Amino acid sequence: MSKLDNLKFEDPKFQDKDMTRRDFVKTASTALAMTAASSIIPTFAIGGMAPVKVGVLLPFTGTYAKLGSHILDAMKMRIAQNGDKLGGRKVDFTVIDSEMNVPKSTQRVNKLLKKEKANFIIGPVHSGIGINMARMLKDKKVIVVVPNAGANQITGELCAQNIFRTSFTSWQTAYPAGQVMLKEGYKKVALMYYNYAFGKQTAAAFQESFIPGGGEIVADIPTPFPKTEFQSFFTKIAAIKPDAVFTFYSGGGAIKFMKDYAAAGLQGKIPLWGTFLTEGTSRQAGAAAEGIKTTLHYSTELENATNRKFKVDFKKATGDDADVFAVQGYDAGSLLIQGMDAVGGDTDAIVDLQNALRSVKIDSPRGTFTFSKANHPIQDIYLREVQGGVNKVIGVAAKALEDPAIGCKA
Amino acid sequence: MYKISKTVQLLLLIILGFTLWFPAIADEYYIELLTNIMIIAIFAMSLDLLVGFTGLVSLGHAAFFGIGAYSLAIFFGGMEQFSLLAALPVSLIATALAALIIGWISIRTSGIYFIMITLALSQMVYYYFFESKLYNGDDGLFMTAKPSLNIGSLHLLNLENEITFYYFTFGILVVVFLFLVMILRAPFGQVITGICANESRVKSLGYPTQRYKLVSFVIAGTLAGLAGFLEASHTGFITPSYLSWHESGAILVVVILGGIATFYGPIIGAGTFVLLEDMLPEMTDHWKIIFGGIIIFIVLFLPNGISSLSWKILYKPFQIFKR
Amino acid sequence: MELSFYLIQLLNGIQYGFLLFLVTSGLTLVFGIMDVINLAHGSFYMIGAYLAFWLTGIFGNLFLGIILAIPLAILVGFVVEKLAISYVYTKGHLHQVLLTYALIMVFDEAQRFLWGNDSHGIDVPAILSGSIPLTDIQVYPVYRLFVSFVCIVIAAGMFFVIHKTKLGMTIRAGASNREMTQALGINIKTLFTIVFSLGVALAAFAGMIAAPIDSLYPGMGDNILIISLVVVVIGGIGSIKGAFVGAMIIGVSSVFGETLFPDLASVIVYAMMSAILIWRPKGLFPAT
Repeated sequence: MSKLDNLKFEDPKFQDKDMTRRDFVKTASTALAMTAASSIIPTFAIGGMAPVKVGVLLPFTGTYAKLGSHILDAMKMRIAQNGDKLGGRKVDFTVIDSEMNVPKSTQRVNKLLKKEKANFIIGPVHSGIGINMARMLKDKKVIVVVPNAGANQITGELCAQNIFRTSFTSWQTAYPAGQVMLKEGYKKVALMYYNYAFGKQTAAAFQESFIPGGGEIVADIPTPFPKTEFQSFFTKIAAIKPDAVFTFYSGGGAIKFMKDYAAAGLQGKIPLWGTFLTEGTSRQAGAAAEGIKTTLHYSTELENATNRKFKVDFKKATGDDADVFAVQGYDAGSLLIQGMDAVGGDTDAIVDLQNALRSVKIDSPRGTFTFSKANHPIQDIYLREVQGGVNKVIGVAAKALEDPAIGCKA
Repeated sequence: MYKISKTVQLLLLIILGFTLWFPAIADEYYIELLTNIMIIAIFAMSLDLLVGFTGLVSLGHAAFFGIGAYSLAIFFGGMEQFSLLAALPVSLIATALAALIIGWISIRTSGIYFIMITLALSQMVYYYFFESKLYNGDDGLFMTAKPSLNIGSLHLLNLENEITFYYFTFGILVVVFLFLVMILRAPFGQVITGICANESRVKSLGYPTQRYKLVSFVIAGTLAGLAGFLEASHTGFITPSYLSWHESGAILVVVILGGIATFYGPIIGAGTFVLLEDMLPEMTDHWKIIFGGIIIFIVLFLPNGISSLSWKILYKPFQIFKR
Repeated sequence: MELSFYLIQLLNGIQYGFLLFLVTSGLTLVFGIMDVINLAHGSFYMIGAYLAFWLTGIFGNLFLGIILAIPLAILVGFVVEKLAISYVYTKGHLHQVLLTYALIMVFDEAQRFLWGNDSHGIDVPAILSGSIPLTDIQVYPVYRLFVSFVCIVIAAGMFFVIHKTKLGMTIRAGASNREMTQALGINIKTLFTIVFSLGVALAAFAGMIAAPIDSLYPGMGDNILIISLVVVVIGGIGSIKGAFVGAMIIGVSSVFGETLFPDLASVIVYAMMSAILIWRPKGLFPAT
């Protein structure tokens, strides 16, 4: 049984040029026949000893490649800490590069679902693919764990019993910021964000708490995605002179944003706030990042035992510094482990497995959290400030914040 | 006069037979994969009319694919049930109109300018769907249901069934193929081929070449919209990324992979392209370099695509016997 | 909004325009003289930025890094021309599009392989890190003025070379009528190699000089590619003057467009391009 499985993932590589044509044809036809046979003949599970099939759809090329590799590495690390087993069974990973390509995502998800017959599908990073995935896999015979894609709808209108998330929603990261900024005395705020769905959701969530609390949005400035030239917008901000600026930017664009903000003379004069703005970018932005406050569900500087151990382990395993994406992947691993333990590794008992997963309490580097009825983390949102190049936790912006899961009929 | 040789005709019949028989032996994933290949084949054939036969290199063809898909999603996305006979014409007309406007602007230019303006105009359409508040941006639009075909209470076509959709797409592919062969054999096709070879000579013969080019552009665009309509019906999800210039570039790769100025070439190209993209990433993380390398190889050594290869492979064994 | 707001936006637009000109000047020559469409242009911008990043990292000095990176960039251009581009001169635009489209993939993968998936940045050199106050809040980074200054110097230099030297004369001749130039005995092959390498070097240099005010990340070549193509087409293929005017038009209009009409920011640029092309199908100052 395992032989057939191995052959599926092992493509014949003909490096040896001295092979005769007959050998070529023989090997090729055998390999072809076995591959064809193994794909058509259903794989039987002999009791619970067959490996658990975990399908992964994450980006490993393109702008978000780092996120994809961190999530996968952290998840694999967590499973390795559990003896490389889920519920006593070995794990078979099928990893597909999502490339952040939405048109091809349907075919890729289908591959994991129908060809590989995965028990679990982990992914994606990109919200567009996440929305497609949620729509395709709702109530199908597979457990989906989303380790990043933060679009509200995924555990909102598109929620399903078999779809779980270990990351965040745009709402969770931005809603508390409105409350905190009001408390700190900022009444007139300018919004600046990437003009795409996630940025717009973030801005909307901020306004949801900020405006009813008495705040005023003096400027709503969406910037073209993914352009990283912000000069014209800074000129606008300098002319309007708000009390503070709340932003959504991430990755390479965020680094440039912070540097240009400082270079335009706005740093310190008009306080800069955000969510993902300083995540994984605070070091590269250097002095330009100092003093920036953000609200997020994690910080590398959290002082708890799990986080301390996690950072050391991750650095040892990958050579990279841990970040929020690694944490989300790590927690996905924990979710799988604890869920599978609760049902003794029986992936056929889907309903029991779903209930088990939903009742899991995750001991995460971000603090412990549980899941809501929409299968989304109920978690603390921290208030962080960049000090000395890292996001120091200076408070809790919201405790045990549950995403409202608008539209979810769970 | 556009001819398909007897050998190729035979091969096509074999492929036809295989495609008809395929759902009987394959499981669901492969049926869907093949449906996807057929949709891309239609898309590629439409581009081949423009690039291969009319000689107009467009780097913005994905815009029409996207408009076909978006028209379906915008007007019929929320409906629990809607008729194919209502939805398809809407998509086709919307795409044809867009192709008329974009074509009229673009045909005024030629050479590199033409390539650039098709690129830029498709980018404009892309950004329109991306940035406008009307269409959900990159979160995309859904199709609640697939199109249905009912006469009275008689449910003729259940496209929810994957196999039915497969044959439906196959039928459309055959129709499009025959349509293209037909117009290429008609006088229209001969003028087009002439324009591709030497436009000034055709013009000096008194033909309004600009008008012919525009008609070709509109037909090509509309057929691309048809492919987009099928895609949106098949996957049920459409985002602006379907219109990005990367997709336009990819479909050009498909056309040249299979062989330009043939219509079976794009079909071969579609199959090869999709299968390569499916299998290569399994082999290595750096599959993009291999993929890029394959394209470079084809461009440099096999400029007429895989279909040109088929000739040599067929005749070589016979040549050996002749000696 | 006061007048100062519009004036500063104008300044922003002009500065953006200068940078665009630097990136596109090489591209327009390649299009115009060689009639070769090169989609890998954005990749050369990226290569320049990463070369500067790498060498500045080794030597600790941006200027030194750039000076050393320039010959490397020229070498890259030379190699790409000899090994790939030269084979598709006669094959037509379709094959050029595909070849350079594939080159983008290859370069992107090579960048990932060499420098990984992280985003990087280069610090602005200390001498140029000051700023000039514009209003009571906003200051203008001196480095951006420096970049604009460099662009003006390059523009003047190119103008001089193109219009006052023999090489420039040959280039102009090649741009307006390739066959005739060849018939006059000019070695077109050498000319093409020179022009292509020059084009690559210019794009790479733009990447190097802009690196401190940009960020380096996988796939960074994409954004700059499309906008470069728009600039070249508006200005007229093969014309340096056209590239300059085109860059200015796009620079200023995108700055005003994005702050005044955020929902249609990107559409505006393309709409403008279409309008210009309807009026002048060959661009504003075509070489032919």
